Amino acid sequence: MHCSYNARFPAVPRNFRTSLLLAALLAGCGREPLLPVVVNGGNIVQGRALLSQFQCGVCHAIPGVEAARGATGPNLAFFARRSYIAGQLPNTPENLVQWIIDPPTISPGTLMPNIGVSAEDARHMAAYLYTLR
Amino acid sequence: MNRATWLQSALHPAGPDARILSELGWLMFGGGTLIFLFVMTLLLLSLRRNGRPVSTLLWVAGGGVAFPLIVLSALLMLSIWRSAGLTAQSSQQGLIVSVTAKMWWWEVRYRDAKSGREIVLANELHVPVGQPVYLGLTTSDVIHSFWVPALAGKVDMVPGRVHGLTLRASTPGVYRGQCAEYCGLQHARMAFHVVAHSPEGYAAWFARQIEPAAAPADPALERGRQAFVDQRCSSCHTIRGVAEGSRLGPDLTHVGSRLYIGAGMLQNHRGTLAGWIADTQGIKPGARMPSFDKMDGATLHALAAYLESLK
Repeated sequence: MHCSYNARFPAVPRNFRTSLLLAALLAGCGREPLLPVVVNGGNIVQGRALLSQFQCGVCHAIPGVEAARGATGPNLAFFARRSYIAGQLPNTPENLVQWIIDPPTISPGTLMPNIGVSAEDARHMAAYLYTLR
Repeated sequence: MNRATWLQSALHPAGPDARILSELGWLMFGGGTLIFLFVMTLLLLSLRRNGRPVSTLLWVAGGGVAFPLIVLSALLMLSIWRSAGLTAQSSQQGLIVSVTAKMWWWEVRYRDAKSGREIVLANELHVPVGQPVYLGLTTSDVIHSFWVPALAGKVDMVPGRVHGLTLRASTPGVYRGQCAEYCGLQHARMAFHVVAHSPEGYAAWFARQIEPAAAPADPALERGRQAFVDQRCSSCHTIRGVAEGSRLGPDLTHVGSRLYIGAGMLQNHRGTLAGWIADTQGIKPGARMPSFDKMDGATLHALAAYLESLK
């Protein structure tokens, strides 16, 4: 985790600024460093293009993907930091790939449809989503 | 660059008329550049330290009268000569299609000459290549403008009037068009596509479109058809063979065969259909369709799959 303190508070007393700085440092650095998640056979660049091509952005806001501002599904910013997918599956590459391929089978109530993504394409998409840290 | 890259470009004409228009455009651009360079050269000459004044008569009569007279006359002659080659604007020949602009989509109607039956599409115009197609252009609300840069110039669509436009495509392909007159909140998302087929391809397409919607092939699709009725989608949308009461929204009889939904906004598949239904107002705020956000997931999937199956 990279921590920086760039904000300026010209009107605030120095000791208050220092305590703010300390609080920011403590809040920002409390986590374990997040290791990159590798998806076997997944290509990040292709994944990004596929997310745009399948128009996942209709329902999801996905940073870096063209016109992806949807609000029906969860915002996928910081996806790699999630503990669970769809509130029930541990967030592992295998689970994510299965979820992208066929969400209703895993979670019958979900709004997310099976849109016919191949396993190969799902791996590319997963690879991109794990770059959202 | 391939054609797909230039989906919407007046500089890449795909029909004889658009070719003439782009030739005239390039000629104007080239001529304008030459005249600009000529004037800049005169400017530089005038800045010489020991230049001598030009005679007033030459300056006024030559530069002010003769030069523009010659240039503009030549341009007029040329444009009259080239415009004579444009397709005659007439409803007496070829295919006739009615296009009605709405806030913020396009209703396209064809009439089958043999049966007298009408087919209605949304945001998509299918034409056979090489044949003149007469479009009767009108609007049901505010002023819009019909513009497919690769095929023809702009024609305004004015309430209470029908404007004609005859266009011809010479190369099969998909050409994007859009509303070219500001018409409200979603003007920028009011696009459409012209699909130019070979004559046989067009005939086959028309034969499929004239049929009513196919009956659901399996229980999942039947559930979707039922959802269409239960959710009262039919109070605005027609599906021939299911519900034909209303024409407020786009006709969905063969919605699965269309390339895009939401007036050129989203590629058409069950994912975008489901997303569109669930959050219409989030995707296209102000569109006349409300977001249907009270359905459970399985019903929404069935509905989207049913609509996708209407090829």
